[in-house]
Amino acid sequence: MGKSLKCCRFNSDLTGSIYFSFICQICNMDDKIVVKNLSKIFGPKPLKALEALNKGVSKKEILEKQRQKVGVYNVSFSVKNSEIFVLMGLSGSGKSTLQRLINRLHEPTQGEIIIDNTDITRLNKKQLRIFRQKHFCGMVFQNFAILPHLTVQENVEFGLELQGIDKIKRAKKATEVIKLVGLEGNEDSYPAELSGGMQQRVGLARGLAVDADILLMDEAFSALDPIIRRQMQDELLMIQDQMQKTIIFVTHDLDEAFRIGNRIAIMNDGQIIQIGTAEEIISKPANDYVKAFVEDMDRSAILTADSVMQNPEDTAFPADGPRTILRKIRKKGLTGILITNTRKELQGYIKANELADYINQNKEKEDIPLDSKLIHKTEGIDESTPLSEIINMYSDHDYGPIAVVDSSNRLKGVIVKGAVIAALSESYTSPEKNTANVPEE
Amino acid sequence: MLPFRIPINEWITHIVDYLEKELATVFDGFSTFVLFIVTSLKDGMIFLPPIVLILFIALLTWYMAGWKNGIVALVGLLVTENIGLWEAFVETLALVLSAEILVVTLGLPMGILAARNDRFNNILRPILDFMQTMPAFVYLIPAVMFFGLGLVPGVVATFVFALPPLIRLTNLGIRQVPKELVEAADAFGATELQKLMKVQIPVAKPTIMAGLNQSIMLGLSMVVIAAMIGAGGLGEDVLRGIQRLQVGQGFEAGLVVVILAIILDRITSGFGVKKNSAG
Repeated sequence: MGKSLKCCRFNSDLTGSIYFSFICQICNMDDKIVVKNLSKIFGPKPLKALEALNKGVSKKEILEKQRQKVGVYNVSFSVKNSEIFVLMGLSGSGKSTLQRLINRLHEPTQGEIIIDNTDITRLNKKQLRIFRQKHFCGMVFQNFAILPHLTVQENVEFGLELQGIDKIKRAKKATEVIKLVGLEGNEDSYPAELSGGMQQRVGLARGLAVDADILLMDEAFSALDPIIRRQMQDELLMIQDQMQKTIIFVTHDLDEAFRIGNRIAIMNDGQIIQIGTAEEIISKPANDYVKAFVEDMDRSAILTADSVMQNPEDTAFPADGPRTILRKIRKKGLTGILITNTRKELQGYIKANELADYINQNKEKEDIPLDSKLIHKTEGIDESTPLSEIINMYSDHDYGPIAVVDSSNRLKGVIVKGAVIAALSESYTSPEKNTANVPEE
Repeated sequence: MLPFRIPINEWITHIVDYLEKELATVFDGFSTFVLFIVTSLKDGMIFLPPIVLILFIALLTWYMAGWKNGIVALVGLLVTENIGLWEAFVETLALVLSAEILVVTLGLPMGILAARNDRFNNILRPILDFMQTMPAFVYLIPAVMFFGLGLVPGVVATFVFALPPLIRLTNLGIRQVPKELVEAADAFGATELQKLMKVQIPVAKPTIMAGLNQSIMLGLSMVVIAAMIGAGGLGEDVLRGIQRLQVGQGFEAGLVVVILAIILDRITSGFGVKKNSAG
């Protein structure tokens, strides 16, 4: 990695970099954007402030003594190809500044921003403009920032028009994207005639119309009311499935961050405190600041089945026979048990009370076969099912365990009510991954 | 307090004298150019039968500002024609339009420049303040000195007087374009020219048009005053009314000025809104 960065640094001009960029591609194939030690100081003497920061002077002191504002200090991270990378933080945490540094709407004070193996901090004005056209799908803003004097169609074509693409190609691409974001029939409307959600679709379509990889979204859904907001988040995920852009999404809303982000960077005071998936952050908060954030969180939306499921050893085979199965249930103190075949494929479940009744009815017989009527059909769930859905399932089921299966219906784990409740309670800090995961059969 | 008087009067006189001598050809050329614009506009409009021009203006008002205003314009213009002030009306209109052509050619670029360059804006602002607060009559003196009496100094004085609002509001309009719109254009890799032509000017258009409207209104008021240096038009009739204490005649001319003001105002305030609310 270090090596790859170095070679990128020495060929900042776009023309002579083919050979080097080939090497770089081998070094960091997955990384679309690599940010190294990036800092931004707002003020007349940024380097002076940076020097002080390096000596350990606090940001507050720099603001008071030097009248300079530290926007972002010494931030490093990388964003993978086709990833939704969320920058999360309260207002003033530097998340929007950081996003604007990535396409150099703000000039970095120090550091490197390597996108597709080009250090964009070294591009001149014209190179930067062309780089933006080729690599960035513009930006999507909180207040939409679409042009009031243009129709939906014209707005969507905006990015293409700037690139000088001819009218027919433009219109074709715009029609395609308008359909994708669900704006069909509104092509000739003006923004003022559309609701907030619809306007933001225009903003999104304008970005997607451009043939580039990186989409920057700045609090894109924050101005929308909650229901529309969720709907837009879902649609963004659906669109992302198709388009596979690399998205950097800025938000102050942890719910939103966890809902849409593949990975989340939590920012405070111009620095990144923790980077990780939703589950990593919620289960292992890096410090008290993150912990305080996560505490207010609706855990049920983030934690998924695989974080609470247990080793599926408490299952039975149909061949075990009713008495053996009942003994097993009683021994574990369960109200029912899951049945699999020998290939561990889920067959259904048996309720303890029904099984006991059945045995009672056939008391006199020595060897009773297991009546297939006793096995209730059950659908296994995927391991990525959020707990919020699992809780709902309990209201429908009158038995204990829920089965977690893989794509070929083989049992991967069992979820018991107690584990779900424990996971959702506040005292629950870290799921013990070892017991939750199924050992290799 | 001081033992001598600061000779501002003498300085200005010297400067004007100097310019008059040294730049005579420049002023002559400019004078010819302005005269050409004014006379072609005036002659063109006089050449048409009054009813054609009346209908044209009324229809234009109707189109830009609705049928009620269209009818007001039609009636007003017919009255003007009826009381025999048609020629004076056309002359005044030509004067205002010529001055505005100059205002737009110079004011728009200056406003854009001021919006994009803080230093230029800081230099320009006190000059504009000065231009706007100086009593209008004062402009007549240098105008006469450089261009003599007649139409041209009238246009020039009007131009100077009507220039500031357009510059100011163009500047303001462009500065008020939401930051995100400009950022959006930048993020898409727009050139400076594209940003200006496709985002800043169109979005600032209502404000710029309000500036043009203000400028035309101010121009009209100046054109009447400019009658004092022989610019002709309705101002001349107003002036004659005052000098001879003919209240009726003065009132008639004043009324026509008001009619012209209403028409110009309605047409130009229509510019800003028309496009954006379309559809």
